[in-house]
Amino acid sequence: MIDILQILISESFWAAALRISTPLIFGVLGALLCEKSGVLNLGIEGIFVAGAMAGWLGVWLGLSLVGGLIVAALAGAFFGLIHAILTIPLGLSQHVSGLGVTLFATSLSYFIYRTALPNVSSPPRIEPFRPIDLPLISEVPFLGPVLAQQTAMTWLALAMVLLVWYGLYKTPVGKAIQAVGDNPNSVDAQGLSVYSLRMGSVITGSALMAIGGAFLTMSAFDAFFFGMVNGRGWICIALVIFASWRPGKALLGALLFGAFDALQVRLQTEVGAFVPSQVFLMAPYILSIIALIIVARQADYPRALLTPWFKGER
Amino acid sequence: MIRIEPRNSSSRFLKFGIPIASALISLLLAAIPLAFAGADIGLAYLVMVKGVFGSVFAFSEMLTRATPLIFTGLAATVAFRARLWNIGAEGQLYLGAMAAVAVGTGLFDVSGILLLPMIILVGCLAGAVGMAIPATLKTKFGADEVVTTLLLNFIILIFLQMMLEGPLKDPMGLGWPQSAPILDQGMLPPLLNRMRVHSGLIIAVMIAVILQLLINRSVWGFKLRAVGENIFAARHAGISVNKTLFGVAILSGALAGLAGVSEVAGLKGYLTADLSPGFGYTGIVVAMLAGLSPVGVVAAALFIASVFVGADSMSRAMGVSSYLADLVVAMSLLCVLIGGFVTHYKLILTKSVKDNKE
Repeated sequence: MIDILQILISESFWAAALRISTPLIFGVLGALLCEKSGVLNLGIEGIFVAGAMAGWLGVWLGLSLVGGLIVAALAGAFFGLIHAILTIPLGLSQHVSGLGVTLFATSLSYFIYRTALPNVSSPPRIEPFRPIDLPLISEVPFLGPVLAQQTAMTWLALAMVLLVWYGLYKTPVGKAIQAVGDNPNSVDAQGLSVYSLRMGSVITGSALMAIGGAFLTMSAFDAFFFGMVNGRGWICIALVIFASWRPGKALLGALLFGAFDALQVRLQTEVGAFVPSQVFLMAPYILSIIALIIVARQADYPRALLTPWFKGER
Repeated sequence: MIRIEPRNSSSRFLKFGIPIASALISLLLAAIPLAFAGADIGLAYLVMVKGVFGSVFAFSEMLTRATPLIFTGLAATVAFRARLWNIGAEGQLYLGAMAAVAVGTGLFDVSGILLLPMIILVGCLAGAVGMAIPATLKTKFGADEVVTTLLLNFIILIFLQMMLEGPLKDPMGLGWPQSAPILDQGMLPPLLNRMRVHSGLIIAVMIAVILQLLINRSVWGFKLRAVGENIFAARHAGISVNKTLFGVAILSGALAGLAGVSEVAGLKGYLTADLSPGFGYTGIVVAMLAGLSPVGVVAAALFIASVFVGADSMSRAMGVSSYLADLVVAMSLLCVLIGGFVTHYKLILTKSVKDNKE
């Protein structure tokens, strides 16, 4: 018990938790943006892979780190566009289209990686984002050292939470996006384009997801591995429900998840001799399901989620 | 201007034409990645066709590959017809396989002729339990089954590793995380001498035919379709929606469990953590290509298996990454989705509407 307390008050633990949360923050914001407009995007898992691969490949081919991020975002936007066309003007099953996009984005990324690097035994490395030590902030007790270990991408993720919150709740476009996810007919009656609002949200959300994927190859690690996304996208889908479609709660959910994941790694080294390591590996997924059960009934979901809308059809 | 109008009825031509066209288009689209990889495109297609139809052995390998895909395709078909989104066939497959080796390797004292039926039974049960959990979470707590089944896939895969390093580990396995082999009486008999294709294929095809009748001709099948088409109308008509969904979940999970049984007791003989290269997920593509028709699943599984086996042999011969097969499979799903749009809606140029009035 004392050990757990000691872990929980250590700076390195919270630094790790924030690091683990970062890709989830991008992913959960992206999924939230899509769903706020009424479109479930199960392409997220594949878009994570695409972002991780495209960003890494861009840097490996000579782009700057920021250039790599732009490539990743564009890759995400491309797959978002496919999902958007299939589900919005064509109104096809959001579940099946999303799974199709995940399969397509994953296999295309793997194929391109294998074709670009046919004969590598160990994955080539790039120079990833480094932690930035801001002079004033690192003076703050506890929080300072935690933040000093983070890269620019974590700062970007935190800024995105603010931006998405502000955009959705304080701007006319954001209010229109929320309305289109609740009652598209009312938005149409105001003379706004339901299609454009939804397509824009899905494409932007998908770009955010891809940046989350890029964090894995450009900040957390410095190379691309097959299977490295490992269900993070699906966890984001669960976190959106847990967060009841609110950006602030989404950040909290991602941080809680990161903290729990960091804790299980440390517990594994503490009591690993008595409990199989797999019990700890399983825990984050089980926790996600439990969280889902707890909040499922009172979740305040967008009313028009999963419902296609056609112009001129009431 | 383009207007979208629902079709009153979809023709037989479209019903069969769309999936076939989707399959062909996705194969043609493979030319783009092939060109990107710098391969001789014509030769690549030739090698792929030869890799499936070039010899009896090649063809039997395709049938071997199709067997688990029929099972997982049926698992998705049954669930999707009722709009129960079981994306967890991959995990249920492994549950079935784990149960099969637990019984089949002599952990329990089941002897002789009873062993194979027991293996099949426990495999179905394990898979059914794997889907009963998310179905219960959905009906009792309203937890979305898409997310729970997806997450359960990861939990089950980790559980599998735990079992293969623990209770199910083969003591004679030289330290590899694999199960002991299933006893000979517990194996599904092979269909051809010196080939890997086994009687799991016959079982799969028989079940497809039975399901076709069950869904289209039985009272239960009517309830299933009613729940899938309009859950509110079904409820209004006095159908117990939750009970029907639970039955669908059990059946879907059992079918996915059978895929695991068939792979482990028909093909491999023992269980490893790489038994399935995503058969559960590919089953969803199979089901969609089949237009959610159980008999159609057999045809779709044969197509997808041909893509995998053909691309594998092309990959070996020409050095193009075998992820090409996954790419073709993913593209065929997207094509058939778009095709589904064409089946249900027609695009009308507003100008031509005027013409129609004359």
